[in-house]
Amino acid sequence: MNKKLTFAAALLAASVLSGMANAKTLVYCAEASPEGFDPAPYTAGQTFDASSRTVFNRLVEFDHGKTTTSPGLAESWTISDDGKEYVFKLRKGVKFAATDYFTPTRDFNADDVVFSFERQVDKNGPWFQYIPGIAYQYYNDQFGDNITKVEKVDDLTVKFTLKEPAITFIPTLGMDFASVVSKEYADKLQADKTPELFNQKPIGTGPFIFVDYQTDAAIRYKANPDYWGGKQKIDDLVFAITTDPAVRAQKLKAGECNIMSYPAPADIAGLQADANLKVEEQEGLNVGALMYNTQQKPFDDVRVRKALNMAINKKAIIDAVFQGAGQVAINPIPPTMWSYNKEVKDDPYDPDAAKKLLEEAGVKDLKMNVWAMPVSRPYMPNARRTAELIQADFAKVGVTVEIVSYDWGEYLKRASAVDHDGAVIVGWTGDNGDPDNFLGVLLSCASVGSNNRAEWCNKDFDALINKAKTVSDQAERTKLYEQAQVIFKEQAPWATLAHSKVFMPMQKTVTGFAMDPLGIHRFDGVDIAE
Amino acid sequence: MLRYILGKLALIIPTFIGITILAFGFVRILPGDPVLVLAGERGLSPERHTALMHQFGFDLPIWQQYLTYLTNVLSGDFGTSFSTKTPVLKDFLVRFPATVELAIFAMIFAVVLGVAAGIFAAIRRGSWFDQLTMGTALAGYSMPIFWWGLLLIIVFSGTLHWTPVSGRIDLLYFFKPVTGFMTIDSLISGQKGAFRSALSHLILPTIVLGTIPLAVIARQTRSAMLEVLGEDYVRTARAKGLAPRRVIGLHAFRNALIPVVTTIGLQVGTLLTGAILTESIFSWPGIGKWMIDAISKRDYFTVQGGLLLIALIVMSVNLIVDVLYAVINPRIRAN
Repeated sequence: MNKKLTFAAALLAASVLSGMANAKTLVYCAEASPEGFDPAPYTAGQTFDASSRTVFNRLVEFDHGKTTTSPGLAESWTISDDGKEYVFKLRKGVKFAATDYFTPTRDFNADDVVFSFERQVDKNGPWFQYIPGIAYQYYNDQFGDNITKVEKVDDLTVKFTLKEPAITFIPTLGMDFASVVSKEYADKLQADKTPELFNQKPIGTGPFIFVDYQTDAAIRYKANPDYWGGKQKIDDLVFAITTDPAVRAQKLKAGECNIMSYPAPADIAGLQADANLKVEEQEGLNVGALMYNTQQKPFDDVRVRKALNMAINKKAIIDAVFQGAGQVAINPIPPTMWSYNKEVKDDPYDPDAAKKLLEEAGVKDLKMNVWAMPVSRPYMPNARRTAELIQADFAKVGVTVEIVSYDWGEYLKRASAVDHDGAVIVGWTGDNGDPDNFLGVLLSCASVGSNNRAEWCNKDFDALINKAKTVSDQAERTKLYEQAQVIFKEQAPWATLAHSKVFMPMQKTVTGFAMDPLGIHRFDGVDIAE
Repeated sequence: MLRYILGKLALIIPTFIGITILAFGFVRILPGDPVLVLAGERGLSPERHTALMHQFGFDLPIWQQYLTYLTNVLSGDFGTSFSTKTPVLKDFLVRFPATVELAIFAMIFAVVLGVAAGIFAAIRRGSWFDQLTMGTALAGYSMPIFWWGLLLIIVFSGTLHWTPVSGRIDLLYFFKPVTGFMTIDSLISGQKGAFRSALSHLILPTIVLGTIPLAVIARQTRSAMLEVLGEDYVRTARAKGLAPRRVIGLHAFRNALIPVVTTIGLQVGTLLTGAILTESIFSWPGIGKWMIDAISKRDYFTVQGGLLLIALIVMSVNLIVDVLYAVINPRIRAN
């Protein structure tokens, strides 16, 4: 009798223990608290990591570690010949999460899709201001009033009607603000008169289910057992919010987290040297540049721009300003983006040739402004220092530089004006992985006077990128963008300076994490080796 | 006594108005158009710019903005966060218990060690112990908190693995907050090991936050004790043949306590400012970390509201200390 009991107890203990061993928890040391859990009204990366990429899905999804997209909640779609109508066939049998605060009674369907988009534009709807003061900034920036209608055709078919064809429409649907939320949950909260919970306790169809958020401390998720893409290999996911990068590194080393974001450049070597850790790296989806005002003399002369480009020692800037967390930029788009032209060669660093070319252009004793942005960005951690290095480089070829700066808002405003004086250090971080998001936004004739701070309007370049906007075949678009990059380099409206490098230190046992060119941290597909 | 308290209360009003002007002005002195700064590289259309300026009230004359702000504050509305859109007061209250818990531990640490060290240093005036204590106190007082915190983490958490790196409790433990005090909540939860974990997470932040008050209290105690030890009544007590322990404990220490109590009260302000850095290092989810995050995000309304709330707390504590002081010391009342 006694023996039997002992045996039973041992068995029970063993099963409990093995059960515990099987529960895999991944702890991610995140850099900041989310602004909320409804991705649509917010803009910060940490909010997206904690909401859209864990809890929600979109009609299309970015491929792991790439800027290309694949079907998500939409299984397939057709585009009308005029490029203005998109009809999406939705995935069948997708379930919204069941939690202790909400139990769905139906599967995901077209109503959810219509609601997810309409709530962001319907100014009179109850969800437009469900948190007083919110704005759907991303929707506004990306779509404006271009979507005229979102209609339910049947339960599993949705039709979008556009005012103008938009080539980036599909990748834009993969962005965080376009996450599909549950209309049934929204209706319930509205009936309960607690709409604010929509932003505190999210319900989605995504790979993880939200469990709890302890303000500024930790966010907990569990794997969604009914996920349409299959249950995740890890059972629990915890975001341990740790704002200081040096402390995140210590936590990773001490085993308090498995993976961390944004290490401080000074810590990277130490993390790489740790036998238990590995550090993955990738170029960021961004570019930092010195943009000449090409409408101003003498920068309207391509020889002058080329000469100045050759005078800049970019490698020295990368070493001094980026401390290894960057690489020299050749093209205006980063290497992780599709259509990046590998054939393009950068202007060589050659002060003597630069001097000669300046003489040839008849430029003597040039005095110019170099604008140094007052804020730090991944693509430009210290613009003042960069400007000083450029100042020294230019002095070697007889060009005198005065460094100017303004507060950030004023800087951007003044640098947009067509008659601004000199060359501006500024850059861009991509939104949706489409080359047009760089080439069109930053270099088209249409954006002269706003984001085109080189005020550069080249007919050939413009024709190429405009054509690329009307073609839907990606191979053909790639060709057009590759040609556009050749023209860009020949015409040199910018001195392309740098792309940041992003590092992701993690324990060696972490597998399946893909560095994301869009800067997102997603944990679907991640596993921990035993 | 009542007149004294009323006088102190009357002083609160101009101080309060002064602080509202500072909190309001501070944020507006920052250069630049706040809406443009928030929009960043992407920029925004002139229409949206106008709409946002209007929404935040930045298009009104400055005095009118201030009056609106003051009226709101007086009715308990401390503004709404730019980034999360939640009321600042709500954000503050969620985080305040974490700060209070840490501050209480830091204060206990500083008072117990500081008073003890001060007394011993005074008794053994000029000895190696005195010189060491006072030297350490001076070093502690001048210690850059950020550096000090990181150093402790690297040594005790990173290298020796004695203490956890950051946070309030091991992520293994998960329960709903009841009081907001992790040490109490962990006991209520009944989970084994939770209380221990909460305590171990308090060790390093307590030391870091308590270092400056500890230094100040130790030095103050020492000088107060030295002064009292030279008084006639202490000499009399000694001459009577009282045991040294009684002389120091009963006669000297009690009288030395008055300036020490004032110092302790004043350290509440130091603790709240110190919390800003300490909490950031240790990822301690209190109001200090919240303020730093708000500043880095340029969340003007949170900074403005948070500053005012912190100032109000410091003011209230000082008022209480003033009153207590008057209760202890009749001479103050008379003046």
